[in-house]
Amino acid sequence: MKINLRIKYLLVMVLCSVAARAETVFVTLEKDNALAVVDPNAGKLLQTIAIGQRPRGIALSKDNQYLYIATSDDDSIIIIDADTYTQVGRLPSGEDPETFALDPAGKLLFVSNEDDNQVSVVDVAGKKLLKTIAVGVEPEGIAVSPDNRWIVSASETTNMIHWIAADSLTITDNTLVDPRPRAAAFTADSRQLWVTSEIAGTLLILDVESRQISKRIHFRVPGLTPDRIQPVGVLIDRERRWGYVALGPANRVAVVDAKTLEVEKYLLVGQRVWNLAFSPDQSRLYTTNGVSNDISIIDLREHKVTKSLKVGRFPWGVVARP
Amino acid sequence: MVKFPNSPFFVLPGLLLAGLMLSGFPGVCIAGHLEIQIAYFTQQKKPPPPLSNLDPFVADKGIQGALLAIEDNNTTGRFTDQKFNLHEVVVPIDGDVVASFRKVLKDGYQLIIVNLDVAPFKQVAGIPEAERVLLFDIATRDDELRRTACFANTLHLLPSRAMRADALAQYMLKKRWREWFLVIGPNQQDKLFAAAVKRSAKRFGMNIVAEKTWRHTHDARRTAQSEVPVFTQGVDYDVLVVADEAGLFGEYLTYRTWKPRPVIGTQGLVATSWHRAHEQWGAVQIQNRFMERAGRWMEEEDYSAYLAIRSIGEAATRSHANDSAAIRKFIFSSDFALQGYKGRPLTYRSWNGQLRQPVLLAAARSMVSVAPLEGFLHPSNELDSLGFDRSETTCQ
Repeated sequence: MKINLRIKYLLVMVLCSVAARAETVFVTLEKDNALAVVDPNAGKLLQTIAIGQRPRGIALSKDNQYLYIATSDDDSIIIIDADTYTQVGRLPSGEDPETFALDPAGKLLFVSNEDDNQVSVVDVAGKKLLKTIAVGVEPEGIAVSPDNRWIVSASETTNMIHWIAADSLTITDNTLVDPRPRAAAFTADSRQLWVTSEIAGTLLILDVESRQISKRIHFRVPGLTPDRIQPVGVLIDRERRWGYVALGPANRVAVVDAKTLEVEKYLLVGQRVWNLAFSPDQSRLYTTNGVSNDISIIDLREHKVTKSLKVGRFPWGVVARP
Repeated sequence: MVKFPNSPFFVLPGLLLAGLMLSGFPGVCIAGHLEIQIAYFTQQKKPPPPLSNLDPFVADKGIQGALLAIEDNNTTGRFTDQKFNLHEVVVPIDGDVVASFRKVLKDGYQLIIVNLDVAPFKQVAGIPEAERVLLFDIATRDDELRRTACFANTLHLLPSRAMRADALAQYMLKKRWREWFLVIGPNQQDKLFAAAVKRSAKRFGMNIVAEKTWRHTHDARRTAQSEVPVFTQGVDYDVLVVADEAGLFGEYLTYRTWKPRPVIGTQGLVATSWHRAHEQWGAVQIQNRFMERAGRWMEEEDYSAYLAIRSIGEAATRSHANDSAAIRKFIFSSDFALQGYKGRPLTYRSWNGQLRQPVLLAAARSMVSVAPLEGFLHPSNELDSLGFDRSETTCQ
């Protein structure tokens, strides 16, 4: 009888965890010099781990085993074991790394060095700096196309997207975009590049083939003056059905219909929302809200914010690990 | 004498060439290599009387910001095949400003950054040959230049006194510190700032309950302890508003008033276009880059010069032009939006050439707020809640 109960209990446990698809969300806390570990199903902050100075950009290795985190004031990208939460290595990154992107194979890492107007190319396995590429003033957003043809770097003060050919690692084209471009994201089919402009308050859709702007989307939120709308983080789902744009001090995430390229709705999240991450199955979106010190969890089937969770001071980057 | 390929002196062959190319390739944008010539015009400044050992006299205010902007423009120019050149002209203290400026005009410069006091500025801006050029005034805060005595060839980069006083008044209204005690210094500039304070007080419903002029009867550094309490006695008020632009006594008021009251105005809580404590909206990046280049903090004139040359850069990059007419046209178009590390796009007011910008409210070592404050609405642009709106000027 007793044994039976225990087995039943275990069964329930197993079923629950399968149904909830266990995953862990990691959030960098810029002002706490720490990493928050969150269980998004339980909606709980599990623990906070002290890491280097001013952590910002964060990414997961292709095998999901390691976290790469830009610790800007330490001028390096640290490698953290995603199971033990211990630091296992360090990558050279150039000065003041903020954002970075991995190539599809997970072998190369491209880092924006904002103060030096360059992009650093890092060999992950060899932990070596392979090359630096001179770009415009204050490079910020960086992305690698899924087909591995392009690396794009957005320079905030030059107002340009620099197209770096992946085979030669040289700039082969430049596109002038709206003022203060912040983030860039490719669609899964590598045919479009979505670019946010913080000062113009716009989302630009670039056609990758021609590298020209094919559509400019303006955001309007009733009751907010246009200058409060400052788009930053942007993501498009795998099916290219919906895109999501974090609108900064407008405290909202815009849901963009990726087929019609019209804004579908605005979701109210925490204050000064900057960066976004999908759950591995893309059923949820996580947002970092820098001023309200929390993350918001959005159910993407319903397009509804289901929870906000305090994580620490100045949540900056976010990534979900299956 | 230097002449530039695209200056009006060469306009005829230039137009012919452009016409030929356009007729051959309709609708094709002629990019090609472009040089943009910018002059930076200033007069050597006399160091003010030494007041404290804390802040050394900065002789190169302005030019350092200009040089940083030229560097930024040229970084962009590498990708657009544009080259920005800066020609610096410094007139000696006893030199002839007008003659030197005429020489700059004669040399063909059409885009000129001007770092001059109000009187010499008016002289050079009014030279008939200057009518067709574009001047970027980075040094005056004069209200009359923006309200009744505008120059059509001029853009003003610094916030006017009216914008500064409005910024302070908005914050005072938010705090409900409405009873003001106004202390005015003996200089002409102090009277001008006091006039701006009075205008703002009226505009935002403040009461000036007392007004006194500070007379330098003693050295304030040694006698403030006994003078200020007496000076501020017998009045009930919320804040002491000080008008002391040269900084001759304002610093000595805080902690010495008869009643425990905060000081605002030209000292205490100040309204400024730039401050070393400002770090939001990417400002840290430019603070770092400036410090690295100049070895000191960025001053308001540096920030203004930076924005002036970045304005030219934006206009030249997007309009593929280097002459004052095209640059001016783009700057006043709806496509122009300058990023100035203040979280909002910066533009110019079409009626008086004033740069629209948020005004920082700062204490000595911290940022207190940024105007326009939330809730101060305006039908077209909240930034126009600061300074002279279209209907308040006689300028067009």
